[in-house]
Amino acid sequence: MVNIKINGTAYSVPEGSTILEAARNAGIRIPTLCYLKDINAIGACRICVVEVKGAKAPVASCVYPVNEGMEIFTNTPKIINSRKTTLELLLSNHKKECLSCVRSGSCELQELCNEYGVDEGSFEGEKQVFDIDISAAHMTRDNEKCILCRRCVAACSVNQGIGVIGANERGFATMIGSPFGMELADTACVSCGQCITACPTGALAEKDDTDKVLEAIADPDKMVVVQAAPAVRASLGEAFGLPVGTNVEGKMIAAMRRLGFDKVFDTNFSADLTIMEEAHEFLDRVQNGGTLPMITSCSPGWVRYCENYFPEFIPNLSTCKSPQQMFGAVVKTYYAEKLGKDPKDIISVSVMPCTAKKYEVGRDDQAAAGVPDVDITITTRELSRMIKKAGIIFNELPDETADSPLGTYTGAGVIFGATGGVMEAALRTAAWKLSGEAADSPVDFKEVRGVEGIKEATYNVGGKEVKVAVASGLANAKKLLKSIKAGEAKYDFIEIMACPGGCVNGGGQIIQPASVKNFTDIRAERAKALYDIDSASKLRRSHENPDIQALYKEYFGEPNSHKAHEVLHTSYKAKTLYK
Amino acid sequence: MAFKKSAIPFSGTAEQEKRLKAVIAEHKNDPGALMPILQKAQDIYGYLPIEVQQMIADEMDIPMEKVYGVVTFYAQFSINPKGKYKISVCLGTACYVKGSGDIYDKLQEKLGIKGGEITSDGKFSLDACRCIGACGLAPVLTVNEDVYGRLTTDDVDKILAKYAD
Amino acid sequence: MNRIGTIDELNAIKSKASEVVNVRVDRNDNGKKDVLVCGGTGCTSSGSANIIKKLEEEIEKNGLKDKVNIIKTGCFGLCALGPIMIVYPEGTFYSKMEVDHIPEIVESHLKNGIPVKKYLYAETVQGDTIKSLNDTAFYAKQHRVALRNCGLISPENIEEYIARDGYQALHKVLTSMSQDDVIKTVLDSGLRGRGGGGFPTGKKWQLAKNLVPDADQKYVCCNADEGDPGAFMDRSVLEGDPHVVLEAMAIAGYAIGATQGYIYVRAEYPIAVERLNIAIGQAREAGMLGKNIFGTDFSFDIDLRLGAGAFVCGEETALMTSIEGNRGEPRPRPPFPAEKGLFRKPTILNNVETYANIPQIILNGADWFASMGTERSKGTKVFALGGKIHNTGLVEVPMGTTLRTVIEEIGGGIPNGKKFKAAQTGGPSGGCIPPEHLDIPIDYDNLIGIGSMMGSGGLIVMDEDNCMVDIAKFFLEFTVDESCGKCTPCRIGTKRLYEMLTKITEGKATMEDLDKLEKLCYYIKDNALCGLGQTAPNPVLSTLRYFKDEYIAHVKDKKCPAGVCKSLLSIQILPDKCKGCSLCSKKCPVGAITGEIKKPFHINQDKCIKCGVCMSNCRFGAIVKA
Repeated sequence: MVNIKINGTAYSVPEGSTILEAARNAGIRIPTLCYLKDINAIGACRICVVEVKGAKAPVASCVYPVNEGMEIFTNTPKIINSRKTTLELLLSNHKKECLSCVRSGSCELQELCNEYGVDEGSFEGEKQVFDIDISAAHMTRDNEKCILCRRCVAACSVNQGIGVIGANERGFATMIGSPFGMELADTACVSCGQCITACPTGALAEKDDTDKVLEAIADPDKMVVVQAAPAVRASLGEAFGLPVGTNVEGKMIAAMRRLGFDKVFDTNFSADLTIMEEAHEFLDRVQNGGTLPMITSCSPGWVRYCENYFPEFIPNLSTCKSPQQMFGAVVKTYYAEKLGKDPKDIISVSVMPCTAKKYEVGRDDQAAAGVPDVDITITTRELSRMIKKAGIIFNELPDETADSPLGTYTGAGVIFGATGGVMEAALRTAAWKLSGEAADSPVDFKEVRGVEGIKEATYNVGGKEVKVAVASGLANAKKLLKSIKAGEAKYDFIEIMACPGGCVNGGGQIIQPASVKNFTDIRAERAKALYDIDSASKLRRSHENPDIQALYKEYFGEPNSHKAHEVLHTSYKAKTLYK
Repeated sequence: MAFKKSAIPFSGTAEQEKRLKAVIAEHKNDPGALMPILQKAQDIYGYLPIEVQQMIADEMDIPMEKVYGVVTFYAQFSINPKGKYKISVCLGTACYVKGSGDIYDKLQEKLGIKGGEITSDGKFSLDACRCIGACGLAPVLTVNEDVYGRLTTDDVDKILAKYAD
Repeated sequence: MNRIGTIDELNAIKSKASEVVNVRVDRNDNGKKDVLVCGGTGCTSSGSANIIKKLEEEIEKNGLKDKVNIIKTGCFGLCALGPIMIVYPEGTFYSKMEVDHIPEIVESHLKNGIPVKKYLYAETVQGDTIKSLNDTAFYAKQHRVALRNCGLISPENIEEYIARDGYQALHKVLTSMSQDDVIKTVLDSGLRGRGGGGFPTGKKWQLAKNLVPDADQKYVCCNADEGDPGAFMDRSVLEGDPHVVLEAMAIAGYAIGATQGYIYVRAEYPIAVERLNIAIGQAREAGMLGKNIFGTDFSFDIDLRLGAGAFVCGEETALMTSIEGNRGEPRPRPPFPAEKGLFRKPTILNNVETYANIPQIILNGADWFASMGTERSKGTKVFALGGKIHNTGLVEVPMGTTLRTVIEEIGGGIPNGKKFKAAQTGGPSGGCIPPEHLDIPIDYDNLIGIGSMMGSGGLIVMDEDNCMVDIAKFFLEFTVDESCGKCTPCRIGTKRLYEMLTKITEGKATMEDLDKLEKLCYYIKDNALCGLGQTAPNPVLSTLRYFKDEYIAHVKDKKCPAGVCKSLLSIQILPDKCKGCSLCSKKCPVGAITGEIKKPFHINQDKCIKCGVCMSNCRFGAIVKA
């Protein structure tokens, strides 16, 4: 511990802390823009400057370590003025359409400008001019709103190990983009959306598909069904001022009903269905000498990454569609038949924590009934905007439950939203199966839980040793795959999620500002909400889901049956890195 | 976003590719190899078009964006081909105070191109450069390896005429 | 060359090579002549390669091959007079050489011993006596430590370097000094970094040795990315005496415990790069680089890395990120390079001129070095004189010499009878020094005190025809161009500064804008991430300090007193002097001049682009700036 003074008050803080961390512990929030814990400590934006006694000039608190006897001033007139000028300079090269910007109200730049009372027109001069990149299915980039904090670049290259965007040119002309000004759609971007949740401003945003949803609902000839992914309920409340990790499942369902969806279902249901298929696929591969390790395919960002960067692992990918797509496929086949409806008259909408889902719905081999399995997918953020625009007072809604039959789920389905969840859910069913369908087969596989990037465990499943690994964040996936390729590691079953921490931290979730993310692990908080639901569930193994049992009985027969393959499975192909 | 691929088609030969790959193989494991590799690649091809950058990215197993980010940071790397005769006018302090700005303007006017551009026949390209250290001869310009010093704007025509072939 | 393993072997080479070099150093007349032709960038640009070729031909023709050595050297310093040639043992100084002069010089001087006066540098000829180069005003007041070998030895020959005590210092530290002894000597010498900041060199070494004692690797880097426009002393050392840098880096490596060095050199310096490559090859062959130098446990090698045109890479952390293969963007400090530098290992970085002093300090002792200079700035400093001055070139003077001495005596004053207005030091990080401070002794602290800085030693002289607002704008344009774009104050702040200055030079600014300009300067100084950004406003602040009236003239009177800022000047025809010849009208590129033959012509100010073509063509002095 070292002794320091902040604004005249003495504190004892851990050695090696930065001034920013020390101040936060002392209850003082120093503003930041470019700093993102662990991945972007570059001291570039200069908004976090503070005065240190004896130092020649203000220092960047995000990277400056404390030392014994240091006296820090976070709030002097000089510092306030410096920050104000920094903001005014940023604004002088910023497209100021703040009233209608998608990030109005959640923009970190806007909030600081407001706090510091900046003069918007203080500096005039040349502004950079860019076209908006709308090429990608999942997002838009408006560099005229970019403040060059490079948090997106860090998310893309450090967390995801992809690096399709980076800083180009230099000086005033510096801009974030892809090589040779390529549009995002022409690059090997995997659509994970981590850059969007890293962005402090409205420079990066998901493509907004809410109008399509509203139009579908307004069309009297269409039946509009909606599913919401497990992780959505763990984040949606944040848009309405609730703490990170509040489970708002009941209110979420109530809100979707009030938005006018004809049926409100739950992706948790198809998560259970995925486990039925995936666990049996795994057992089949083990027993019949199929390609191992088998790797999960729920995360479209990961699937795209595999196709782009590690095509040699395509045979290892589970052929199961993702839960979203399985859900859509079941709606357009089984459910349509059940209702006696033409699948063309059903609009299948999904609410996802994910931007890659916008890309996934357009993939080949995702149309079981000859029409797209899922028609429109919106992110958690888009749903929150729809709710606000509809004037629904979210926090006053009653808790409601999803419709039947596609709304029932087990604890295994809900933990899909956190890293390790798919693995644990699959192990629960595989263990049951391999143990001769024993009622007391194990349920808790705690070694695969938690936010670490790569987790490994070996389980004795019904007398068979199964070596598993779980990776989240594509940089971790890359590390894992490289070690397998090099023969350094060997596994039977691997879960990979594109986003660090899994879907709870997906690119479509409610955006928490850096001031929260730097000091709270939002991945852990949101995952906790899901594990709490799981542990409180009566049924915690996917095969126990009565509606799943009915589905197989009435429609698919057995898991991995021919019919199941036609409806619930898909295929992959290698892709080039650049068009 | 405007795609900045050069309008002049890539005409790299198999021999050039072989040389580049040999260079990459030789340096790839050196610490900080990217800059020396880019410099050699530019020696081989004269510039660094997308085809070359992609080759470097693939061989070094790094994202092409990383390569491009480095290329666009440094003034000496060019993603566009240069003219047969590369004219550089020194705009360093010593040359500037002695009027090199006027010489630069005159060249732009005479060649009908701006700095950083190439004439449509591919003959001349024009750039401003930082001090080349020939301050004793200020103001100075270079055409490829030839240095011309103690210039006045009247010298511009004479110099261009020398490369009239 | 054979590997040198002992001091005896080194001394053997030294005594043999000295016989050759002493014709130049001690001017021993042994019947042979050494002809030194400058092969530095300046003289190469003005054609010295052809001079050498012609010399070789003529010497061959006259059968003088055994009597005359031609040596291509590095820079002599007097670039304005290039190409330069000196004949030893006399030390006669031929300037502005032309190929056509060679036959006469070879015949008369080299063959018959009679110098050809008409081709000699005029200042060295006084009636019948011919002064040697060293007695000219340009050289007499200089004191050469860093440049001691430049223009005296062949930079491509390690033996000539050895003849000048080369590698003696390396031997001394490896065989008789501890790491701490070396550091103490450098500390006691008072040597401060010659690249700009003036940080004590010994202190830097000490930190790198002690901060991370168990580091598995440390690095010694040499900053040869000399980017200040107008500064070229580092290039001259590399071109004229490359081995001194290699030796000094090896000494530094020993002192801090490093085995690998990197020289980061501008790619715009092809001659320096070539000579460094030759020198590194020779040093490796001679065992002065590589494993077990002088048979000791100490091993050290050096790699060359080329810059690619980014001024910011002269900043230490940016230089390291660049060597690592990245965009040359500075990193925040701490951690300082002494703790986490190149490849995150303890690293020292010194510039070329700093290293060039090290072997002499080791050999002659700290006290010798500390006896030169001022209280807090020891030794000598090399300046690159440029701009509006007679003797443009390189000069090395003891710290504490006044600017007046450098400009008026060594530099020979301002040409064309113009009045001195300011001296700019420190490049884009420095400031403009007005006439009232010409008598201040030059050292680090004095220069900072008057709002400039030492920088790497560019010294650009300006006369009454230079507009100080325009000069500030010029430097800001440079900084804007060279800003890496990482931090907000530099990326956007300097751009806005530049735009404000443009507004002033166009007569569109108000007095409030001047206040705003100054405030923004101080903001950038305080808040930018690296040294480039922090010092970028200096050219504006120093001109605001000393030449505020010039700014005010632009703002209030909408006039540029020096007649530089085109928007504020008009070109007019004086009716009483105009003969109506119509030449100006024909030459005007925009057709702004009209009139009737034999009557005074008239300029349409709305059309005029102020290019000045009419003025330079008028034969009657009838067109003036107003």
